[in-house]
Amino acid sequence: MLITKKSDVIPSDITPKEIFENRRTLIKVAGASLVSATGLFTGLINHAANAASNKQKISGFTKTKYGLDEKLTPYDDVTTYNNYYEFGTSKSDPSIESRLFKPSPWTISIEGAVKKNKQIGVEELFKLAPLEERIYRMRCVEGWSMVIPWVGLPLSKLIQWAEPTSNAKYVEFISLSDDRMMPGQRIQVLDWPYVEGLRMDEAMNPLTIMALGMYGEVLPNQNGAPFRLVVPWKYGFKGSKAIVKIRFTETMPKTSWVKAGPNEYGFYANVNPTVDHPRWTQSSERRIGGGLFTPRIKTQMFNGYAEQVGHLYAGMDLIKNF
Amino acid sequence: MLANNNKLLILNIKSIIFILSLIPLCRLFYLGWYDALGANPIEFIERSTGTWALVFLMLSLSMTPFRQWSGINSFIQYRRMLGLFMFFYACLHILTYVWLDHWFDLNEIANDITMHPYILVGFTAFLLTIPLAITSSKAMMKRLGGRWKLLHQFVYLIGILAVFHFLLLVKKDHTEPLVYGAIFFSLIALRIAYRFRRYFKPVVL
Repeated sequence: MLITKKSDVIPSDITPKEIFENRRTLIKVAGASLVSATGLFTGLINHAANAASNKQKISGFTKTKYGLDEKLTPYDDVTTYNNYYEFGTSKSDPSIESRLFKPSPWTISIEGAVKKNKQIGVEELFKLAPLEERIYRMRCVEGWSMVIPWVGLPLSKLIQWAEPTSNAKYVEFISLSDDRMMPGQRIQVLDWPYVEGLRMDEAMNPLTIMALGMYGEVLPNQNGAPFRLVVPWKYGFKGSKAIVKIRFTETMPKTSWVKAGPNEYGFYANVNPTVDHPRWTQSSERRIGGGLFTPRIKTQMFNGYAEQVGHLYAGMDLIKNF
Repeated sequence: MLANNNKLLILNIKSIIFILSLIPLCRLFYLGWYDALGANPIEFIERSTGTWALVFLMLSLSMTPFRQWSGINSFIQYRRMLGLFMFFYACLHILTYVWLDHWFDLNEIANDITMHPYILVGFTAFLLTIPLAITSSKAMMKRLGGRWKLLHQFVYLIGILAVFHFLLLVKKDHTEPLVYGAIFFSLIALRIAYRFRRYFKPVVL
């Protein structure tokens, strides 16, 4: 006999919940404005007028100088062309399979080489630092790229809050493992949960952010809700989504794609047009959003962020440490 | 009279196959016209034409076992058209790659072929289809005689290379290319089984 469990979310439940949260938000706004004039995240969410859409606007973030000259990739492309194997291996899967995913309530555990283990909820994370909009190029290892306006905070702010000890040489990001909400995990295409990592100095670099939103709205499920890592000078797979655990370690974390194909994917995974992949050309890329007759563009070293991050790899053999 | 009827039937079926075989191409034009080819339209066209080339390869290879096991000889009449449609979609596949994807940048294409095994394998498969397409006419069949059959045995190598090309290109989930691989080997197995059929006990269907 096949026993099917009814989904926890029925479509008619979604709207009342939003109204409920909206009310809660209003109460918090009232409270927050008494305490401080600076905008807190909870007070900055306005629900989209369209009740059918789940989009929540974020306002009050500051614009930054990053990527102001770039042409944004259309929102529909960024939300329907995703590599997110937890929701299926086809790029059109995540936008469909992530509909029942619940990004709240959500907490991240901080552990490993820290003064003491901690937990932080999404709401608190939003308050750690003022939110910024960063328009970044994102280069996928498969030879395509996008330009996405992220909203988030520097990862360094979270790390400072986490208080790692001097033993912390690397940061490991562990994503959610839940094959009920993430149906793609029922197939062992990767060793679940998804694990990624950065060297401490990479994690502390001002370019590295934790994104909570994009296009001025809360992150859609298929793009990594409730928050994801964005490391713009590395290939896209370094950007862990739906993170539940951050662990500080002394040794280099064993990351998912390195385990899946050590000769294809490296721990560093810096965008590098001179280091080829056995399958895809890395010297050029296709910018998503162009038409049928738009040629490929040249891929830049460190995805064009060499000025900001080149010094991190001084003296390192980037062909060996790809 | 009966022979004429049969000829008419085959002609009608051929016309239907011809029209049906153009549907994947019409679909691409339709989706392209309505801007519905997705975020990466060039990749979409590459995948679609490649997949259909593979499907037509399998269809053309299934005519012989269909004829052998059903006893209906006319199946063989459709093989050439299906094979030529395989060549047609393979040409579109290559054209998309060379034109839309790489804008005739021969340097980059040469690098791609030498550096990436799946491109090399796919390109080899395509090159092998050219002599088969050229010699597909009745006149060429007559001219080549016994050598025609030998030459067209290359289709099995093309099949292996095409499936291998697909398998190498996939990043992690190998299900789809393995399905094509299984179909390909079943079609080969049916041929072998037919050759040794007298060793089997008769099966009542």
